[in-house]
Amino acid sequence: MNSTSFWKSRRGRQTTVIIAFLLIPVGLLILFTYFPFLKMVQFSFYNMKYIGARKFVGLRNYRQIFQRDDIIRTLLLSLYYMVGSVVQVFLALYLATVFCFKVKFENLWKGFIFFPYLISGIAIGFIFKFFYTRGFVLDSVLMALGFKLDNLPYWLKDQAINNWSLVYSSVWRYLGSTMVLFLGAMMSVDNTLYEAAAIDGANKWDIFWHIILPSIKTIVTLNVILSITGSLSAFEPPYVITSGANGTATFFVVMNDIAHTSQKVGLASAMAVFLLTIIIIAKFLQDALFRFLFRNAGTDEKPQKKVRRAVLKRGV
Amino acid sequence: MTKNKYTPGSIAWLIVKYFSVIFCSFMAILPIVSCVITSFKTSEEYQRTTVMTLPENWLNFANYLHAFQKANMGRAFFNSFLILIFVLAGSTLIGSSLAYVLNRFRFPGNSLIRNMFTFAALLPGIAMQVSVYQIMQQLGFINTLYGYIIMMMGTDVMSIYIYIQFFENLPISLDESAYLDGANYFRIYWSILLPLLKPAIMTNLILKGVGVYNEYYCANLYLQDKRNLCTVATSLYTFTGPMGNQYELICAGVIMSLLPALIIFLLFQKQIYNGVAAGAVKG
Repeated sequence: MNSTSFWKSRRGRQTTVIIAFLLIPVGLLILFTYFPFLKMVQFSFYNMKYIGARKFVGLRNYRQIFQRDDIIRTLLLSLYYMVGSVVQVFLALYLATVFCFKVKFENLWKGFIFFPYLISGIAIGFIFKFFYTRGFVLDSVLMALGFKLDNLPYWLKDQAINNWSLVYSSVWRYLGSTMVLFLGAMMSVDNTLYEAAAIDGANKWDIFWHIILPSIKTIVTLNVILSITGSLSAFEPPYVITSGANGTATFFVVMNDIAHTSQKVGLASAMAVFLLTIIIIAKFLQDALFRFLFRNAGTDEKPQKKVRRAVLKRGV
Repeated sequence: MTKNKYTPGSIAWLIVKYFSVIFCSFMAILPIVSCVITSFKTSEEYQRTTVMTLPENWLNFANYLHAFQKANMGRAFFNSFLILIFVLAGSTLIGSSLAYVLNRFRFPGNSLIRNMFTFAALLPGIAMQVSVYQIMQQLGFINTLYGYIIMMMGTDVMSIYIYIQFFENLPISLDESAYLDGANYFRIYWSILLPLLKPAIMTNLILKGVGVYNEYYCANLYLQDKRNLCTVATSLYTFTGPMGNQYELICAGVIMSLLPALIIFLLFQKQIYNGVAAGAVKG
């Protein structure tokens, strides 16, 4: 077969369309993800700025991660975000369950709780700076409830509380979307199940325990696990609200500073590679844990497929 | 559903139920409503009254006008609109055509490519910008709208997944009969499958659209000419620094910036929920 007839054959035409349709997406993926990723790994072994001479320093950047107090501290900070996202998952689960039953003006409440998800991070930064400013929104509400201003802390300055304030802004932002996610899973339950339960005289608790919970236990577990890895990469709340001041700088905030303010590109890259390694390890543990948890899940249809789906859905 | 409507248990549940949804709704809108209230106050009124005092004149749009000019928001809305149009058109074509070949053809590298996209989602985006910055520099993409657009245009595992799932429900006999009728594969994709893909496209448009409209980290990094290349999100940076405590202006700016999202939300509530339920991507 000569080459022209190959391109006219069915196989040849398929090859043409495959190549044509792969070129741009894969090209962009390589150009903006994999190439910079490899570069980043390379940078992590150098002492360098964006411009100017580079010096190979071996593993020194990696050693520095563990020697700098400001970096070590951030790993502890992620605990706040971990607690916050676990609370968020359970609150979302509770609200989604409530919406599974009849609620008047359901769409209105859902809309209110969900809308923060659609606001840009930078706008959220301003909203919460305003919200927490001394004597402003939060303080006025608390004063209306009988608190004295003198007894209230400085929400963003007081180191005993400021990280919780930031975590709250993150829960505020994502609670609605997690709720809608769970609600979607609950709604996929066959409606006749609810009717049958009602006929059998099941109470609300029975319905929750035997119908609602089984339908979403994989996705809830997954969200709890993902919030652990997600909390390590917490970035936006401190970045936009406090700029990392007063002990609120998380790992990525410190990294962002090192990369763009002090321009220690090598160290910043090492930090990124370090975090990525943790995320990958966590992902493997999570897969293993999942197989263990749902090894006998015969009633939960195709857990593996669901897991894969949910993992795909939640990047970090 | 039960015959006896008002048992003590059902009343307690009623109270708990409504208390929870109303309390959570209140907490959700409190930060936004306080911004709306403040945005309608004159600066003298803002100094004098507390945050929760209602404005004297609900039609005082002076702050909006002032913030609109100060933050160059006319330009910002124009730029954001331009970016949205190109990024959404590009990523729809790129994502759906990629999903088409991944779903319809077996070829060496098919699963490798899927895995490459899955793994890419694990890479922390903010961290990557350290080296993406260099590439943008070498390509001459810094401070250009097209550079930013091309960078944002790439597709991600989530949208590919939504498309592929949809393709799985379109029978392959559709392609077959079209092929036998003489259509080539490009034509099958473009005139037969793409129109049927509409619901998946809609979901992706909304998810990606909200993401792109709200993106500020890369916009801030790569569109450094803040005067001419601002987007709606980055135009709000005007209010940092010396203007950092003129909250009546800041609030007006913030409210203007979220109006488009609010309108889209009111119009496409159902599709947005479906999109989120299909893929709640948390930052």
